[in-house]
Amino acid sequence: MATREFAAHEAHAHAAPQGFIRKWVFSLDHKVIGLQYYFLALTAVFVGMFLSLLMRIHLIWPNITLPLLGDIKPETYLTLVTMHGTIMVFFVLTTAPQGGFGNYFLPIQIGAADMAFPVLNMLSFWVTALAFIVMLGAFFVTGGAPLHGWTGYPPLSALQSAGPGEGAGADLWVISIALFCIGALMSALNFITTTLDMRAKGMTMMRMPLTCWAWFITAILGLLAFGVLFSAGILLLLDRNAGTSFFVPLVTVNGQLAAHKGGSPLLWQHLFWFFGHPEVYIAILPAMGLCSQLVSVFSRKPIFGYKAMVYAMLSIGLLGFMVWGHHMFMSGMSPYTAFAFSVMTMAIGVPSAIKTFNWLGTLWGGRIRLASPMLFAIGFVSLFVSGGISGPFLAQPTLDIPLHDTAFVTGHFHLIMGVASIFGIFAATYYWFPKMFGRMMNENLARWHFWLTFVGTYCIFMPMHYAGMAGQPRRYSQFTELHYLEQLIPLNTFITFAAFVTITAQFFFIFNLFWSMKYGKKASDNPWEATTLEWTTATPPPHDNFAGHTPVVYNGPYEYSVPGAPRDYVMQTDPTTVAAH
Amino acid sequence: MASYTPTVSLDDPRTSTGGNGVPPPLRGNGDDFGSPFFDVRLRRARLGLVVGLTGILMIFISFTSAYVVRQGLPTLDPRTNTLLHDWFPVPLPRLLLINTFVLLISSFTMELARRHAARKAAFAQVAAVPGVSVDANEKVSWLALTVVLGLSFLTGQGMAWRELAASGFYVSSSPSSSFVYLLTGMHGVHLFGGVVALLTAGIASLLRRPADSQLIVLDVTGWYWHFMALLWVYILCLLEFVH
Repeated sequence: MATREFAAHEAHAHAAPQGFIRKWVFSLDHKVIGLQYYFLALTAVFVGMFLSLLMRIHLIWPNITLPLLGDIKPETYLTLVTMHGTIMVFFVLTTAPQGGFGNYFLPIQIGAADMAFPVLNMLSFWVTALAFIVMLGAFFVTGGAPLHGWTGYPPLSALQSAGPGEGAGADLWVISIALFCIGALMSALNFITTTLDMRAKGMTMMRMPLTCWAWFITAILGLLAFGVLFSAGILLLLDRNAGTSFFVPLVTVNGQLAAHKGGSPLLWQHLFWFFGHPEVYIAILPAMGLCSQLVSVFSRKPIFGYKAMVYAMLSIGLLGFMVWGHHMFMSGMSPYTAFAFSVMTMAIGVPSAIKTFNWLGTLWGGRIRLASPMLFAIGFVSLFVSGGISGPFLAQPTLDIPLHDTAFVTGHFHLIMGVASIFGIFAATYYWFPKMFGRMMNENLARWHFWLTFVGTYCIFMPMHYAGMAGQPRRYSQFTELHYLEQLIPLNTFITFAAFVTITAQFFFIFNLFWSMKYGKKASDNPWEATTLEWTTATPPPHDNFAGHTPVVYNGPYEYSVPGAPRDYVMQTDPTTVAAH
Repeated sequence: MASYTPTVSLDDPRTSTGGNGVPPPLRGNGDDFGSPFFDVRLRRARLGLVVGLTGILMIFISFTSAYVVRQGLPTLDPRTNTLLHDWFPVPLPRLLLINTFVLLISSFTMELARRHAARKAAFAQVAAVPGVSVDANEKVSWLALTVVLGLSFLTGQGMAWRELAASGFYVSSSPSSSFVYLLTGMHGVHLFGGVVALLTAGIASLLRRPADSQLIVLDVTGWYWHFMALLWVYILCLLEFVH
C-alpha cells in the first residue's frame, strides 16, 4: 500500500487555497476547521459563563433588578439553568477538546496530511455552528428559551403548553440538539477512519501519543452515543409537534387533559442517559489523553504504563455504556437493576484509579518543569481526583436517593466533567498555542490565570457538596426564604463571590490569547522539547502539515531521559537514536 | 525506563500501513486505476462507510428498543380508572410487499452497476495498452435503473402512507401507527441519501470527471444501498411480526 505517498499526493492535489472564503470560512484544511471549532467553543463558553453568573447573582440577591435584563423570574432562572447546561455540555465540552484540538492535532500527530474526508469535516463544523445559532435563537422567540434543563425530561419538554419557554424555544432546542448529533456523528466517522487508515509509516497503534488514543476512543463513544440521542430527539420532536405519545403519559396541563396517553417519560430517560453517560467521557477523555501527554513531557519521563493507560481508557469507554441507570435510581427501578448499575459504576473507579496512579507515577522522581501547560495538567489530576471521589458516593442507590437533585450532584459533576475538562482545554491551549500561532503565550499571565482559576473553582464547587448534604436542592430559583436553608446563605454568598473572582480571572486568559497572537515571543519549532510529530514540522504547520514529505516513525511518543541518548528526549522520527524497550 | 540500544532495524520501521516508492501521478490527468492510490482511496471510503453505517445502525437500534418498550406500556383510562394497553396492531398496506420487491430488485441492479463499474476499471488498465481496444460499454444503464427503482420505492412508500391515512391511521392515531410512520420515514430519508449519491455519480459521469472517483462513490453507495435494503426487510419484519 502506498499510504505515505498517497498522503503527499493528496496534499499536492489540494493546493493551499488563497481566497479568504475558501481559506478561513469554508476551509477543507483540518487545522483551520480545528481553529473554527475552538473559537466556536470559546464564544459558547462565554455565553454559558455569563448565564451562570446571572444564576449566582439571582441565588443570593433574588429581588435585585439587573440593568438591561430586569427581574429574573423563576421561569427565567430555569431558562438560565437549561441554556447554561446545554451550551456548556454540547458546544464547549464536546466541541473544544475533540472538534478543536482533535481536528488540529490528530492528523499531525499521526503523520497525515489531513483528515480522511475533508469535505465531511467542513460539513461537521458548519452543522455544529448552525446548531449553535439555532440554540441561541431559542432566546429570541416568543416565550424565550426552554426551561426543561439540559436533560430535557418529558413531559415538561414534550408539551408545548407546559411553560413559557416550551413553545418555539423548546422546538429550537430539540432541533439544535439533533443538528449537533449529525455534526458529531460525521466528525466521529472522520476521526475513526483517519486514526485507523492514515497513520504514517511506522506509526503503529501502540506508538500513537495518548492524545490520539483519547480522540480515537472518544470518537467511538460519540459514534455509538449520538445516534441514540438523535433518535430520542426525533421522538421528542414528534411528541411535541405531531401528537404522538412516545414519552407523554396521560397528563393534565393547567387543569386540561392533554391529548396524549400511554407514553413513558422513563423511556426518554433511558435513551437520553444511554447517550448522556458516555457523553461525560466524551467530555473528559480528550483531557485525560492530553494530561498524560503533558505530565510526561514536563516531567521529562516516559509515561508510566503506556499500555495500561490505553486499556484504562478503553475500559472506561466500555463501562461508560453500561451505567446509564445510575442517573435513574429515583425512578423506582428494581433494586436488583439498581444494584447492577451501581456495581458497574463503581467498577469505573478501577481504570480511573489506574490512570491517576500512572500520572502520579510519571511525576514521581521526574525533573518537573512547572510551565503553564503543566500547571493545568496537574490541576486536572487534582480536579479529577476530588471530583471523581464523590462518584462512588452517588453510585450507591442508598446514598444517591437523599443526595439526588441536591447541590451535591452539581458540585460533583462540575468538578469532574466541567472544570476538569476545561482545565484540559486550557492546558491544551497553553501547550499548543506556539504551534498554532507561532508565538508563546505570556507565562506570568498564565500563572495568574491558573492560580486564580484553580483556587476559585475549588471555592465554588467544594462548598456545593456541603450545601447539598444540608439539603439545598438544585435548580430551585430561590431558597433564601426557606427557613431550613437559612444557614446556607453565607456559604452561597461565598460561592457567588468566588464565581466573580474566577470569572474575572478568565479575562487574563482571553487577553493573553489575543495579545500573544500578535505580540507574544516568537516560538521555535519545538519550544517544549517534546517528541511527537507536531513538533517536527514548521510553526505554524504548512498547509499539508509536513511540507511535501511524510514522516517515518521509529520511536514511541514518550522517549524522555533515554540513557545514552545525546539529548534528554528522542523524537519519534529520529532514526539515529532508537530507543528500544 | 528505556535504554539506548540501536538494535532495531532502522531500514524497516514496524508498520501497519505501509508505503512503496512509486511517485504519485497527479489527480485529474485521467484514470488513476492503475495507481496504488485508487486502492487506498477505495479502502478508506469503505472503512468510512462501515463506521458511518454503525452510527445509522445505532439510530435504528434505539428506535427498536423504543418500539419494544412502548408496546408493553399500559395507560390509565380516566373513565374507568383502570390500566389498559393502547397498542393496536396496524394492518400494513399490501403495497409494502410490492415496495419491498422493488427495493430488492434495485439492490440487485445496484450490484450490477457496481460490478460493471469495477469491470470498467479493470479494463481501463488493459485499454491503456496501445493497440488494445476493449468494449466495456454496458447495454443497460444499471445505475439509471437503480435510481428509477429507488425513486419508485420511495413513491410507493408515500402511497402506502396515504393508504394508511385513508384507513384512519395517522401519525398520532395509536403508538403502533406512530412507529410505522417513524420507521418508514427514517428509512426513506436514508434511502433518499443513497439516491442523491447515485445521481451525483451519474452527473459526474456525464461531466466526464475522473472515473476513479465515480467508481468509489458507486462502490460505497452500492454497499450502502444493500444495507438499506436489508434494513428495510428488518423494519418490515419488525412491524409485521413483533406485536
